[in-house]
Amino acid sequence: MTAVASTPTPTASHWTPDTAAVHEALVAGARPRPQGPFAASATFGWRTLLRIKHVPEQLFDVTAFPVMMTLIFTFLFGGALAGSVDAYIQFFLPGILVQSILMITMYTGVALNTDIEKGVFDRIRSLPVWRPSALVGALLGDVLRFTLASAVIISLGLLLGFRPDGGPLGVLGAVGLLLVFAFALGWIWTFLALRLQTPNAVMGWSMLVITPLTFGSNIFVDPSTMPGWLQAFVDVNPVSHLVTAVRGLMHGQSMAGDVGMVLLWSVLLVAVLGPLTMRRYGNRS
Amino acid sequence: MTIAEVAAVRGAGGASGEPAIETEGLVKLFGATRAVDGVDLVIPRGGVHGFLGPNGAGKTTTIRVLATLIRPDAGTARVFGHDVVREADAVRARVSLTGQFASLDEDLTGDENLRLLARLLGYPRAEGRARAEQLLAAFGLTDAAGKQVKKYSGGMRRRIDIAASIVVRPDLIFLDEPTTGLDPRSRNQVWEVIRALVRGGTTVLLTTQYLDEADQLADRISVIDAGRVVAEGTPGELKASVGTGTLQVRVRRPDQRAQARDLLQRVLGVEVREQSDPAGLTVGIGDAGPVAQALAALADADIGLAQYALGQPSLDEVFLALTGHTAESVLPSADSQPSEETPA
Repeated sequence: MTAVASTPTPTASHWTPDTAAVHEALVAGARPRPQGPFAASATFGWRTLLRIKHVPEQLFDVTAFPVMMTLIFTFLFGGALAGSVDAYIQFFLPGILVQSILMITMYTGVALNTDIEKGVFDRIRSLPVWRPSALVGALLGDVLRFTLASAVIISLGLLLGFRPDGGPLGVLGAVGLLLVFAFALGWIWTFLALRLQTPNAVMGWSMLVITPLTFGSNIFVDPSTMPGWLQAFVDVNPVSHLVTAVRGLMHGQSMAGDVGMVLLWSVLLVAVLGPLTMRRYGNRS
Repeated sequence: MTIAEVAAVRGAGGASGEPAIETEGLVKLFGATRAVDGVDLVIPRGGVHGFLGPNGAGKTTTIRVLATLIRPDAGTARVFGHDVVREADAVRARVSLTGQFASLDEDLTGDENLRLLARLLGYPRAEGRARAEQLLAAFGLTDAAGKQVKKYSGGMRRRIDIAASIVVRPDLIFLDEPTTGLDPRSRNQVWEVIRALVRGGTTVLLTTQYLDEADQLADRISVIDAGRVVAEGTPGELKASVGTGTLQVRVRRPDQRAQARDLLQRVLGVEVREQSDPAGLTVGIGDAGPVAQALAALADADIGLAQYALGQPSLDEVFLALTGHTAESVLPSADSQPSEETPA
């Protein structure tokens, strides 16, 4: 197309319908086979990436917030909790990594509820594609954000003196496990997003779920100083297993038991919440 | 395009002969509100079918059921013969939603939105890009292709919405109040586009609160009030069903209006109303026969006429007669979301 930009840009509002072109475009609309589950999920994942391009503020939550948390806890509590900043960060960095990633999984639910509120959700639901693909794709796109956040936190940790004995492989394994659990946890937020009316309500309820899960764990301190009832909760909390496994993998220990527990919890979350969410998804009014 | 070609296009969608839409006793409840309260419809293929009714009448809820977005609580609905609950995927492959309830992602550009839909609907990457370009050009949006949809004007927004709905040619398109809030020019643009869709063989189901819109576009109209279909027919039939037409007369000299009124009242034997226009008179008539006589009587009495017109009642009058209230009156909305829900 040769564009001659001498005339003032024909703002698209001064438009005379070219009904012949509209007609032609309409009848030219071939009817290909809609994408299958996997391809459709990937396309919805692509949408999440496009959204990051246009709303880069989303990345602020996954970078600035974890950096702040890491710095605050390391320097504020490091000396008091473990004798020195250097000693604490070996223990604490895997924990704050888990906490940060799990906290930012909540935005998945908020984004879905915003889609519902704006009507994008109905457009998506009216398409002849595998219905869970919109949610799976959004969660997969978010996994990319979590990967980015993990890289930021680990890099910061290395700067502050974190030295993982497990080497790059141990670190990668730990991050991989964390991403699997984050994907599974995402179904809690999508479920809440379909039950609740506003993005703010989703945020509020999500905080109510995530706060005890992360603080009631072994992220910050060794649970041996906690009262018995709290230790009991910490012991069954899947986040504790996740932190133990991530910590172990990063420091080069074999953590088969905890890794197994984390994978079991992940499967359970998807197996229970996936169908519940999809039932709600199919009939949300 | 010849009639045979149109028929071929219309038939291309699948089993021919089935009506586009068929519902029996359709009911949808929101709590205690019967948003849709026993709707029976048979809408043939092709053309524009209008859903006319005030806010909260149940138009939107009915469409959401037909588009498989919500399940009915009772009754059945079939789209091209496919049950909306049991064969939802087959229905989704044939229909498109537009308007207020099937929005695009406002943060993405128009081009990205179209490409995203083209990919999901099965276009390979390059073909999807070409399809997006073609649609943007057809709707005069090439210059706005790279702009975020939230920066579009109202008219542009409706056009990109419609473009997004025909990425794959739908057999049935639901246009939900496509011109609400548009200025008259943008409104005409959308009407032109709707006529082009019909020529392309797509059946259009149009909801509107605007009577002139239904009058302009719809082949048939269902008047919906309080969750029920209260009347159905062509615009002409609906007008005829409430009876009479009207004779409008405008005298050349306003001081002769009283004299003209008395004369018309005598000849036609019915009451003549004075319009707010000081030279205008309106007569409701059952039969156009005596009108010529009445006009002749005015000429004999040397009463000059600036203009006269014989017409059917407007759909506004029809709506008032059928529902007991005007189309503008807004009822408590039954189309809105059910009340607050919290996780159990």
